Amino acid sequence: MSEPLPEDELEQRRRIARQFIEVIPHARALGMRLDQLSPEGAEISLPWREDLVGDPRSGVIHGGVISALMDTCSGAAVMAHPAGARSTATIDLRIDYMRAATPGQTIRARANCYHITRSVAFVRAWAMDDDESRPVASATGAFTVER
Amino acid sequence: MARRNESLDAIKTRRNNTLNALVSSVPYIRWLGIGFDRRGDELTAVLPFDEKLIGNPMLPAIHGGVTAAFLEVTAIVELTWTAIWEDMEQGRIAPDAAVPESLPRLPKTIDFTVDYLRSGLPRDAYARARVVRSGRRYASVHVEAWQDQRQKLFAQATGHFLMPQDG
Repeated sequence: MSEPLPEDELEQRRRIARQFIEVIPHARALGMRLDQLSPEGAEISLPWREDLVGDPRSGVIHGGVISALMDTCSGAAVMAHPAGARSTATIDLRIDYMRAATPGQTIRARANCYHITRSVAFVRAWAMDDDESRPVASATGAFTVER
Repeated sequence: MARRNESLDAIKTRRNNTLNALVSSVPYIRWLGIGFDRRGDELTAVLPFDEKLIGNPMLPAIHGGVTAAFLEVTAIVELTWTAIWEDMEQGRIAPDAAVPESLPRLPKTIDFTVDYLRSGLPRDAYARARVVRSGRRYASVHVEAWQDQRQKLFAQATGHFLMPQDG
């Protein structure tokens, strides 16, 4: 185990990671909001929007939107990890779609970087709507660690 | 297949109208700005570059989520296009974006795995999907995406889908 980080360095890291999300044009265009960021992981929410619908018959949001949300949330979790990556990029991402997200409801993603090496970060993520007991989707990803 | 004596115009109009109805009826495809080129039954998805697609403004690079979405859209459209081809050619269906009931039901994604091979550059991107196996209930689709050079893929993906069940 590494030494615990001083409080100001931890705070600085949180700020950098927060800005990292806020300056992503695509995250902004989709209307993502960073709700939580800590060494334990990240939480990002995305309100339902008509122009993000993937199935016009049902009004269910497109899987691609969930992918973008999970990818961003996973990247944020990597950046917030105390290992201190300066930047990160997705190597691979697998998404399992368990059920359709309920139309009209905000989708919340939660990601956790459960293992990190010098070069690779391993992440798991979940996406939920209002019924948190039944996740909409889960994701597993590997990310680069830029130092 | 199209009838021998059917006019070329009629064949092209039918196929283009069907493809347009399929693509334009999905709000998210329009929001991303994805279009489809058609050569016979072969489709190539085109994603014109736009500022809102950027994920890393420093490089800049296309967002990994955009890449995933582009590949998934390509897979779903190809799978639907393949599934309705025969009905379309026989004139049994004529999808119209303005009439929701006329639109084909879409397959549901079970899982989707994206392999990021190089960063997406701030230019147009292209993708083609191949239906590897399509059964009555499940289908497996592989997608490849490139930018400047067809041989230099920037991403590929494999997805499994649940086919729409009629009745």
